[in-house]
Amino acid sequence: MSVKTIATQRASMNIPTGRLAVWWVLVSEIVIFGGVLVSYLMHRLGHPEWGEQAAYTNMWIGATNTFVLLTSSLSAVLAHQAAEKGDGPKAARLLYLTVLGGLTFLVIKSFEWTHEIREGFVLQSGGFWSYYYTAAGLHAFHVMAGMGVILWVANDAKKNQELHRVENVGIYWHFVDIVWIFLFPLLYIAK
Amino acid sequence: MLLHLPSASTYSGDVDGLVLWVTLLTGFWFFAAEGMFFWLMWRFRARPGVKSQYITGKEPHLKQWINVPHTIILVFDVIIIVMAVRVWVKVKQTMPPADDTVRIVSEQWAWTFEHSGADGKIDTGDDVWTSDTLHVEVNKTYHFMLQSKDVIHSFFVPVFRLKQDAIPGRTISGWFKPTKTGTYDILCAEICGIGHGIMGGEIVIETPEQHALWVSQHSVVADAGATAADSTTTPAGAKN
Amino acid sequence: MAEIAHEHGHLPAGHGHAESNWFIKYLWSTDHKVISLQYMFTGMFMAMIAGFMAYVFRMQIAYPGMNVPFFGHVSPGAYNSLITNHGSIMVFWVAMPVLLAGFGNFLIPLMCGCDDMVFPRINRLSYQLFFISAVVLIVSWFVPGGGFGGAWTAYPPLSAVGKYNLTPMGSSLWVLAVALEFVAFLLGGINFIVTAMNARAPGMKAFDVPLAVWMIVVASLLFMASVGPLIAGAVMLLFDQNLGTGFYNPTRGGDPVLWQHLFWFFGHPEVYVVLLPAMGIVAEVITVFSRKKMFGYKTVIYTVVATGVLSFFVWAHHQFVAGIDPRMANVFTVTTVIISIPIAEMCFLYIATLYGGSITFTTPMLWALAFIAEFLIGGVTGIYLGASGADIFFHDTYFVVAHFHYTFYPIAIIGTLAGITFWFPKIFGKMMNETMGKIHFWGTIIPFNFIFIPMFFLGMEGEHRRIYDYTNFPDLANPWAVSMRITSTVALVVMLLFQFIFLFNFIYSMLRGPKAEKNPWKSNTLEWTADSPPPHGNWREMPTVYRGPYEYATPGRETDYWPQDERA
Repeated sequence: MSVKTIATQRASMNIPTGRLAVWWVLVSEIVIFGGVLVSYLMHRLGHPEWGEQAAYTNMWIGATNTFVLLTSSLSAVLAHQAAEKGDGPKAARLLYLTVLGGLTFLVIKSFEWTHEIREGFVLQSGGFWSYYYTAAGLHAFHVMAGMGVILWVANDAKKNQELHRVENVGIYWHFVDIVWIFLFPLLYIAK
Repeated sequence: MLLHLPSASTYSGDVDGLVLWVTLLTGFWFFAAEGMFFWLMWRFRARPGVKSQYITGKEPHLKQWINVPHTIILVFDVIIIVMAVRVWVKVKQTMPPADDTVRIVSEQWAWTFEHSGADGKIDTGDDVWTSDTLHVEVNKTYHFMLQSKDVIHSFFVPVFRLKQDAIPGRTISGWFKPTKTGTYDILCAEICGIGHGIMGGEIVIETPEQHALWVSQHSVVADAGATAADSTTTPAGAKN
Repeated sequence: MAEIAHEHGHLPAGHGHAESNWFIKYLWSTDHKVISLQYMFTGMFMAMIAGFMAYVFRMQIAYPGMNVPFFGHVSPGAYNSLITNHGSIMVFWVAMPVLLAGFGNFLIPLMCGCDDMVFPRINRLSYQLFFISAVVLIVSWFVPGGGFGGAWTAYPPLSAVGKYNLTPMGSSLWVLAVALEFVAFLLGGINFIVTAMNARAPGMKAFDVPLAVWMIVVASLLFMASVGPLIAGAVMLLFDQNLGTGFYNPTRGGDPVLWQHLFWFFGHPEVYVVLLPAMGIVAEVITVFSRKKMFGYKTVIYTVVATGVLSFFVWAHHQFVAGIDPRMANVFTVTTVIISIPIAEMCFLYIATLYGGSITFTTPMLWALAFIAEFLIGGVTGIYLGASGADIFFHDTYFVVAHFHYTFYPIAIIGTLAGITFWFPKIFGKMMNETMGKIHFWGTIIPFNFIFIPMFFLGMEGEHRRIYDYTNFPDLANPWAVSMRITSTVALVVMLLFQFIFLFNFIYSMLRGPKAEKNPWKSNTLEWTADSPPPHGNWREMPTVYRGPYEYATPGRETDYWPQDERA
């Protein structure tokens, strides 16, 4: 039984409630990732020798994953367009593609990390690696959570229900993408 | 001057002076605000037949009661900032030339002090290591090197008005110049575990004669074992 | 989206949820009023625990080595654990849930003319997470090694390394409890912000919103924008504690001071996160009981926002002597002393509200007035600490303890009591007893001052913090200092005993108090137009708003108040 209050349906600021909420969620997430990344940056600048460790990350895998995430964001945008036109099933299909993109990202990452761990680079291997696994791990956690929410939204969308949520979940997914766009140069390109 | 607390360094008077000025400048506003507050409570208490007034706060003759204090507070704040920065720079950003140096090592849960010994140079074979008691000479400028072996501690000498946290992995420098002889507390001012409450030390501020005597009694001529490399471990034979 | 004039509310009969069983109604509810009470009662329960902890450790300070009644002998480890949990509980499990989540949940939908929050199920989830965080914290006291004892500030390496703190399990559980509490409040904050921004009653413009709502919303914004770095830092601390990383370990390329920056970047805005709701409550009470408009309503809002923004730039005043670059200290002393300006302005605007009023000294009004008088002491003593040159001496002494109790206690206790005594009739439909209320008030306020004034003087003697036995320090073991400590402790015990009067008044009134009408205080804001207590859905006919919240003594009208929803 849905608890749709009158409050949820008002829009005193002329913005739909769900979208306003997602933007505020993003504000708090930006500072969480900001905290990790600024800490990392300050330490990296103070420890030039971390560059030697950073040389072991694989820029090509990182680039591939960047491409995968960007594509999954594209599919989320198209899903939004479909939802705007009222085509729930199509939006759902495109959202499933986004989830597939997320899954691909995670699979590639798991191969990448397995390889790095086998080479002896673990969470405790020193400053650079601690930040590498923590930052990317926190990001991966958000990817997984995002995938779960997208599936839930897609499930309603394919029945043409709650279509406004397609846009909101897309906004969240774009944010996850943008965090990666910051992580990629910081962890892979700066050597 | 701060209540009962003796003033025993060249900058303790500066710190006390800043405290006095803050007291005067903020105290003025504090009493003015509280006074006005209680007066208004009494003056506008509910009385039969007297209605309250419709006041928005935009009325110029009333607004100035906010704006004028506001401006004066800004001026007072600038004065306080300038005075605070002056004291801060003197204590924390300048290092007057040293007559002597001490190394202060903090750990769970004790203070260890390395004095320069008879040769007057730190990290040489004749240095005097003590547990918990720091011997210094009055009217001499000391540089200190503060270290920690484990967690964060803090070197606090109330009579100097001096405090500096000790961070593991770093050596932090500072200075003091005692102006009064006597024995006073050294306190650890950062919680450092269950022994934080037993981590007291003593600073013994001596006359030149007393200090020279103490140095001669404890400073041993260089022997092979004690070198600068041992500075984070206490050599055997640390005495008071 | 079209605004509907005269929206119909929903009451249980017309809506389709059958009268639910006790469990659903009280423990699984999505109703903001039930959730608010869950937060408030949990917070009040935790306050009793933290108050008891204060009693125990103050008895130890006053009479070192004694067998404390109802506790026993206090070991140094137990002492550290008591002070750590007292502080942590009061900030995270009392002030936050009662002021922000308790009053926020109750007031925002009602004052904005809504039937509930915009996301009721997320609201429920936020309380459930909060409840779990409290359970985790309580569990941490009973694991092997005992509860965490590294102070609520949890500086590493002490907090990160089990062999240093000797409470490895307790330390990790403490961090986990705090992290869960943060997530709970992030979720809650979304509701407060979005509901107040987007779900207001028709006709309610931004500057028609009562100050209590404005303050709670700005506080939520501050929280959401500041807690992130500490969440990151907490994750890193948990990793250092349990996975062998070295984020804060200098021998592994880490930095203990990093934690301090992450902690205080949040920690400073956090004090405004709890201050603002209390000031909002006080604003509502003083306007009603002086029958006056707020003096400079818009200016109050601007100063609140200015304070909030500035609060992000002062954090390192907690770290002046922590080994930061001394040049940085100068920047932070400037920002810290400057932030006193908007705060002073706020206090002056509140004081000015009394001018031209007709003041009745009811229990809520006594608490609201006491808030201002006591908070002023806290505010001015902060200047001593913000002035870097003086902080060299005062940092980590009892002067700091006195300063923050003169800010926090007004916030968490005085402000809360102003709110509880004021809105009790609306929440429970009964009136509290005024005589008991006034006895409780004086029996709390007078001892409160005797607890903390001695601490300013002890701090000026150089008495350092977090020490279980001052007889170990010759300069601090003198008879004057001992008598100051005993004075504080005796005053605390007296104050705690008077709280039983409040408890009795609260429970008795809830069960047997005289019935409360809809608007016993003749206030203008919307919550007073709902029944006492409001039903599920709050109103049969949703209100429409025609004016601002503080139209008291409007010229040309017979009655001295003009409710927001009353047509001309």
